[in-house]
Amino acid sequence: MTSFDVIAIGGGHNGLVAAATLAKAGRKVVVLEAASAVGGAARTEEFAPGFRVSAVAHLLNRLHPDVVKTLELEKHGLQFARTDFLPSVALSTGGPALVLYGAYGEVLTGASSAEQSAWKELRAQLLRYAGILKPFLSRRPPDLAGMSFKETAALGQAALSLKKLGKEDMRDFLRVLLMNVADLLDEQLADDRLKGLLAFDATLGSHLGPRSPTSLLGLYYRLAGEAGGAAGAQLLPRGGMGAVVTAIRAAAEKAGVTIRTSISVAKIIVENGRAAGVALDNSEVLRARTIVSAINPATTLLDLVGPREIDTGFLRKVKNIRMKGDAAKLHLALDRPPQFTGADAADHKGRLVIAPSPDHVERAFNPSKYGEFSPEPVMEITLPSLADPSLAPSGACVLSAVVQYAPYQLKDGWNAGKPKLLKAIMAQLESYAPGIGKTVQHSELLTPVDIEARYRIPGGHWHHGELQADQMLISRPVSGWSGYDTPLDGLFLAGAGSHPGGGVSGAPGLNAARRIIAMKG
Amino acid sequence: MAQATRKKPTSKAADPIVSARITAQSHFRTLRFGTPFQPRIDALAKTQDWYNWAGYRAPYSLWDEELEYFAIRSQAALFDISPMTKYRVEGPGAEAFLDRVTLRDVTKLKPGRVHYTAWCDDEGFVLDDGTLFRLSPTRFRLCSQERHLPWLLDSAIGFEVTVEEETEAVAGLALQGPTSFAVLRDAGFIGIEKLKAFDLAEFEHDGATLTISRTGFTGDLGYELFFSADQALSLWDRLMTAGEPRGIRAIGYTALNRARLEAGLIVANADFTTAEHAIRADRLRMPDEIGLGFMVDAEKDHFNGRRAILEARARRKLRHVLVGLEIEGNIPAEHAIVYCKKSQEVGLVSAAMWSPMAKRNIAIASLARPYGDTMVEDLWVEIYAMRELQYQKLMKRAKVVQRPFIKLDRRTANPPADF
Amino acid sequence: MKAWDAIIIGGGHNGLVNACYLQRAGLDVLVVEKNDWVGGAATSRELTPGFLYSNCSYVCSLFRPEIMRDLELPRFGLQVISYEGGAVFTRDGDYLANYRDHDAHRREFARFSRRDAEAYDRYARDVTRQCRFIQPLLMRTAPDPTSFRPRDIGELLYLGKKFAGLSAEEMALTLRFWTISISDFLDEYFETDVIKANFALSGIIGTALGPMSPGTAYVLLHHYMGEVDGSVGAWGYARGGMGAVTRALTASFKASGGTIRTGAEVDHVLVGRGKAKGVVLAGGEEIYGKLVVSNADVKRTFLKLVEEKELPDIFLRRVKNFKIRGSSGKVNIALDSLPEFPALPKDSPVYRGDMHFTDSMERMERAYDDWKAGRWSADPFLDMVIPTTLDPTMAPSGKHFMSCFVQYAPPKVSGRDWTDADRDGFAESVIAQIAEYSPGFRDRIVHMEVRTPREIEAEVGLSEGNIFQGELTFDQLLFNRPVPGYAQYRSPVGGLYMCGSSTHPGGGVMGAPGRNAAAEILRDLAKSTSHMSPAHDVI
Repeated sequence: MTSFDVIAIGGGHNGLVAAATLAKAGRKVVVLEAASAVGGAARTEEFAPGFRVSAVAHLLNRLHPDVVKTLELEKHGLQFARTDFLPSVALSTGGPALVLYGAYGEVLTGASSAEQSAWKELRAQLLRYAGILKPFLSRRPPDLAGMSFKETAALGQAALSLKKLGKEDMRDFLRVLLMNVADLLDEQLADDRLKGLLAFDATLGSHLGPRSPTSLLGLYYRLAGEAGGAAGAQLLPRGGMGAVVTAIRAAAEKAGVTIRTSISVAKIIVENGRAAGVALDNSEVLRARTIVSAINPATTLLDLVGPREIDTGFLRKVKNIRMKGDAAKLHLALDRPPQFTGADAADHKGRLVIAPSPDHVERAFNPSKYGEFSPEPVMEITLPSLADPSLAPSGACVLSAVVQYAPYQLKDGWNAGKPKLLKAIMAQLESYAPGIGKTVQHSELLTPVDIEARYRIPGGHWHHGELQADQMLISRPVSGWSGYDTPLDGLFLAGAGSHPGGGVSGAPGLNAARRIIAMKG
Repeated sequence: MAQATRKKPTSKAADPIVSARITAQSHFRTLRFGTPFQPRIDALAKTQDWYNWAGYRAPYSLWDEELEYFAIRSQAALFDISPMTKYRVEGPGAEAFLDRVTLRDVTKLKPGRVHYTAWCDDEGFVLDDGTLFRLSPTRFRLCSQERHLPWLLDSAIGFEVTVEEETEAVAGLALQGPTSFAVLRDAGFIGIEKLKAFDLAEFEHDGATLTISRTGFTGDLGYELFFSADQALSLWDRLMTAGEPRGIRAIGYTALNRARLEAGLIVANADFTTAEHAIRADRLRMPDEIGLGFMVDAEKDHFNGRRAILEARARRKLRHVLVGLEIEGNIPAEHAIVYCKKSQEVGLVSAAMWSPMAKRNIAIASLARPYGDTMVEDLWVEIYAMRELQYQKLMKRAKVVQRPFIKLDRRTANPPADF
Repeated sequence: MKAWDAIIIGGGHNGLVNACYLQRAGLDVLVVEKNDWVGGAATSRELTPGFLYSNCSYVCSLFRPEIMRDLELPRFGLQVISYEGGAVFTRDGDYLANYRDHDAHRREFARFSRRDAEAYDRYARDVTRQCRFIQPLLMRTAPDPTSFRPRDIGELLYLGKKFAGLSAEEMALTLRFWTISISDFLDEYFETDVIKANFALSGIIGTALGPMSPGTAYVLLHHYMGEVDGSVGAWGYARGGMGAVTRALTASFKASGGTIRTGAEVDHVLVGRGKAKGVVLAGGEEIYGKLVVSNADVKRTFLKLVEEKELPDIFLRRVKNFKIRGSSGKVNIALDSLPEFPALPKDSPVYRGDMHFTDSMERMERAYDDWKAGRWSADPFLDMVIPTTLDPTMAPSGKHFMSCFVQYAPPKVSGRDWTDADRDGFAESVIAQIAEYSPGFRDRIVHMEVRTPREIEAEVGLSEGNIFQGELTFDQLLFNRPVPGYAQYRSPVGGLYMCGSSTHPGGGVMGAPGRNAAAEILRDLAKSTSHMSPAHDVI
C-alpha cells in the first residue's frame, strides 16, 4: 500500500490548491473527494439534457495571483486576458441599463456625468482601501497571544501602508471600515441603479442587508480580489469555470498528487490528541503525518473528528459558527438567449444584476431574518453559454443566477417554499426580460438546503461560515484557532471556512499549505 | 400603516407548561429558600445565624459553633447538604461522557463507588471540583459547588447521555464523626458496615430508595445520604432518634469548615476562583495550581483541558501552587499575605485556623511559583489581627507541610469502629 | 463690553458639567439656553398640576460618580435610587422578571429554561469583562491614530497596553464583541426567546438599529457601563425626576459663581479671523467670550450656528455625513392610580422597575423594519417605568407618573414631516399595547404628553430627536466621534469647542463629554485640572 505524508480531505478548489502546493514542496499527497469529480462548488454539471453549468460559482473574480503563480496555472491551460473582463450590468425595467465596464467599472455608462465623476472618485477610494486589506488575504491572521516577529512586521507593514494613504484618507478609511454600505453609497452617489448594484455586491453571500453595519466589508472583500491582474475584475476563463478546476487539477497531478474520487471519509482517526489518519466509508484506513481538511470546518470537527476528541469550549465555538446560507442558485435551460431590457448584446455576456436600489435590496433582506424568502428577490445573472456554446445545444441558452434572499431555514420548509420562490424569481425575471418564461425548457432551483445536500456544504453557505466582521480574520473559523491549525496536532483546515473566506480564490488552501510547510507537517 | 403583527396576550393559559411556569412565579417572595429539612433546622436554630448557600437559608451555627465542631470529632454531626448542586447523568454513554468532562479516569470508577474529581475548560482552568457518584453502570450523580448545566449539556453532544439538574428534588445529609457508623447501624440500615471509604450503596427508607455513601468533607469517619426531598423529614427523625444515645448533633457550616480545613480540603470560590466566575484573567487556576494535579490522567482518553494542561506542564507554564502551611504561634492567619524572607510578597492565605486536633496553627495558601514549589525556605506570613480596633501585626514563620493536616485512622478503618 | 471667559451654548447636562468645571477652574462662565428652563434632555417639568414629568431622559445610571463628587451634586440635592427589578411580559399571560437578588434571578430564568438559568453567570462574566475594558476609556480623550503627537501616541499605547493585558481569549472576544449583533451574541449563551429579548433591549435603546444589526452588542455595553453607587450596570431613578440632575448641576454652577441665561437662543457663533469671539442671540444681541463651547449636537453646531465659510470642506463633508438618526419617541403619562397588570402579582417589585412587552427577537426586529421603511413601529418596543413607585415627590399622593420610551419612531414619516395625526397614531400604538396587558389603563390617564422625534428636536434641540446626538456605530465611536480629526472636543474654529453627546464617549446622561471637553479646554488655557477627579480605578 502506498503511504502518504498528507491526506487532503475534499477535492474542492481549496483542497486541490493545498494538495498541489504541498506536493510541490515535496510531500506525497492524496486528495479524497466524495463526489465522482473534483471541483466542489466550482465544478461544471449537466442540469438538463444537453445543458451544463458551473454549479455554484459562475464567475471568476478573486482567484489569488499567488495561486496562479505558485501552481503555474497558466501553463496548465488557464487563460484569461483583459479582453475577457465582463461588464456588470445594473438592469432596470424601463430605459437603458447602467453598465460598469472593465475592472469593476473603469468605465461607467448609462449614468449622468455627475454620477460618473462621483463613481470615479468612489471607485478609486474603494480600491485604495481594499488594497490596504489585500495583503491580509494571503497571510495567516495574526496570532494575538504570541505574535511572532514576522507577524508583527506584517502588521507593521499594513500600518505603514495605512499611513501612506495620508492623514485624511487614513481617517476616512478608519471611519468607513465597519460602516454599512448603504450609508457610504448615499454619501457619495445619487443613482439608485448604481447604488443598488454595489449594495447587492456588498451583501452577496451574506446574511446582511445594505443597511446592516459592517456590510461595506463585503464590498472590500470583493474588491480585494482580482482577476487577470486587475482588482475588482471579473471574467469567465476560456472554456468556462470548468477550466479553473481543470487547470488546478492538472497542476496537482503534475506535482504528483494522487486524486481519489467517489471516496468519502467517515472518520478522522485521533490517537493521543493527534490526527493520525482517516477511516474511509469503505472501512479502508489511510494514515499520514498530516491531515488537511478542505471541507467545512464544522463537518470536519464535529462529524469527522467528533465531539469526543475536542474540548467543549472549542466545540461550542465551532457550533456557533453562523453558516446558514441565504443564496439560492437558479439554472434555466432556455430555447434561445433571453433579451434583457436596456442591455445590448455585449452586456448579455456580462453579469446582469437585478437590484434596483439599496432599499430594494434591504427590503429583500428583511424577510430572511424571519425565515421567509424575498417576494421580490435580487439576483445576479450570467448566460455562460454565450461565451462557451458547448454548454448548451445549438441555439439554446443556459441562464445561471445567484438569487437572494432564500434563507436556509425557511419557516414553511423548502418543500412547500421552493415552487413559490421559483415563481417569485420567474416573475422578477419576466419583468426584466419579457417573454423569458415561455422559453424555459427546464429549470433547476437549488435552495441552500439543496446546495447543502449536493455539495456537502452545511447550511448551503458558500463561504462555509458567514463572512461578517465577527467571523473574519482572527475569528475565522473560530477565535483562538484562526491560523489553519486545530487543537489536534497534525490536523489543519484549508477550506473557505478558514481565513480569508469563500469564493474561488484558492487563498485558504494556499495559506494552509504554507502553514503546514512552516510547521514541517 | 403596517398591519400590526402583535398578537393579543392570552389570558392565564390552559397550557400545562405555562400554568406550571406561572405557579412558579411566587418564588420572588422567598429569596432564601428553605431546604427539605428546614422545619427541623429552624427548631434547633438557637443562634439564628444564617447565610446564603446558593439561594438557601443555611446555618453558620445552630447553638455553639465550638461545640458543633467537637460534635464532628467526638460524636456524630448532622449537616444539611441539600443546597449542593446535583446533576443526574444517565445513559449508555454516561461513563464516556463523564470521562471526557472530568479529569479523573471514570472508567476506573466502579458502580457503587465515589470519587473526588474536578473539571476544566479548554484552557485547562478549573471550572469546579466535586464528587462523582456511580450509582450503576449507566447512572451517575455529580455534586458541585457551582452550576454547570450549559457546560455539561454542551459537553454531552455526541454522547448517548442525559443530564438533568436535580438540586431541588434531591435532599442530602452529611452524617460525620466517630459514632456516625453506629448511628446508621442503630437506625437500621442493615449492611452499612460493609461500606468502605468511597463506597456507596442503596438502602430503604419509608419504602423508597436512599443512597448512602461513605464520604464526607471532614476527614473523619462519615457518610452522606441522598434521597427524595419529599421524604426528608422522616429520615432526619430516624437518624436523630437512633443517634440520640451516641450524641448526634445538627451543625452549621462554621464547624464543618473547620473540619474540612483540618482535612486539607479546598472549597471552590474560597480557596480558588472557578473559571466561569473569574472576571480577572489572572485569577484562573489549573489543577496543578490548586493541588488537584493528582487527578489529571494523561493516559486516559481525551478530556477537556487535556491539551492545555499537558502543555503547561511540559512548558513549565504553571504559575501558582496551593500548599498547606504550618504557622508558628496560634493566631489564625486568615487572608494573610505570605512573604519570602519577610520582604518579598509571594502569595496569600485563603483559609486558616488553630487546629484543635493537630494542635497546630494551620493554613491553606496559594503561592506564586517557584515559591511553595521548589523554594520553600524562609517563608513568613504577616497576620493582621484586629484586637479592640487595632491591628496587631505579626510576622510569623510558615512551613510548607503535607495536607491533610490530620489523618484519622477511623476514617478508613474496616469495618468501621463502633464508638 | 464684557467678554466672558467662556460661553456655553446649551444648558443640557453636558453643557452644565462643562460649565461647572470651567467655572471652578476660575473662569467666568456664561451658559446660554434657548428654553426658559435648563436641562436639555434631563428635565423634570410640571406639565399638568401636581405631576413632575421626566419627559425626555427618564432613568439614571451612566452619570459618572467622579463628576457627582467633583461638583458636589449630592450636596445640591441629587439622589439616585436603584430600580427594584424589571420584567418582560409574555403573550401567554406570564412575564420574565429581572430581580436584583442573584438566586431569585436564576430561579426566575429557570421557570423558562434551567439551562439558561445556569448560563447567566458566564454571560455576566463575559459582559463584565468587556465593561471593565471600556470603562476607563470613558473619561479619557480618544487618541488620534493619525497623529504623531506624544500625547496621542501615549494614549494609543495606553489602549494597546490595556488590550495586550487581556488574555488571548479576551482579545478575540473583545474584537468580536465590537462587531457582532446582540442577537447573535445572545444566541451563544441562551436558548429562550424571551430571555434573549430581555437582554437585547439594551442593545437597541437609543439607536436606529435592530437587535440583528451587527454592532448592537456594543450598544448593550454602552448601557451596562453605568453604576449606581458602585453597583455596576444598575439603573435608577433620580429623586425628583431627571431634572434633579440638572437642578443639582445648576445649583453647583451658581454656587461657584456661574451665570445662566435662559430664553436666550443662539442664532450663530461670532467668528473673526478663524476664531470664535462670542455668540449672537436670536434677537441680535451679541455676547462676547474668549471661547465658546457648544453643547448642541455636531450638526446643529456646525451646520446652523457657524457659517460655512469658516469651516474646511473636508470637515463640513464629515459633519454632513455624521449619522444622527431619530429612532425613538416618548409617551409620558399622568395616571390617577397605579395601573394593574393581571399577569403581575400585586406585591411584585417589578412595579418599581422597568417593564417591557416585546417578548421575542422577531418582534423587536420587525419593529425596526417598520422604522427602516419610514414608519413608526406598529408593534413598538416600550421601555416603561413608573418612577413614582419609588419617588413620591413626582405626583400627588396615590397618583403616578409613567414614562414610556418608545422605539421605533423615524425622524420623518415616509419621507415627510410628522403631522399631529401621525403623532396621535404613534401614541395610540403605545397606549394600545399597554392596555392589552393592563385592562382599564386608558381610564386612568389624567394627562399625556407625546413626543415624536419632531417634538424632541423642536423642544429639546436634539437633531432628528436622537437621544445620543448621533448613532453609536463604530464609524462614530472613539476617534471617529463626532468626526475623524476632531474627536478631541476641538473644532476647526479656534476657541470653539464641543461638549455634547455627539462627542466621545457618546450619549446618555453620563456627563463624560462635558467633563472631558473641560479638561481639553483647560489644557489649552494651561490651567490646572486638579479639581477634576481622574477616572475611578477599575481593579
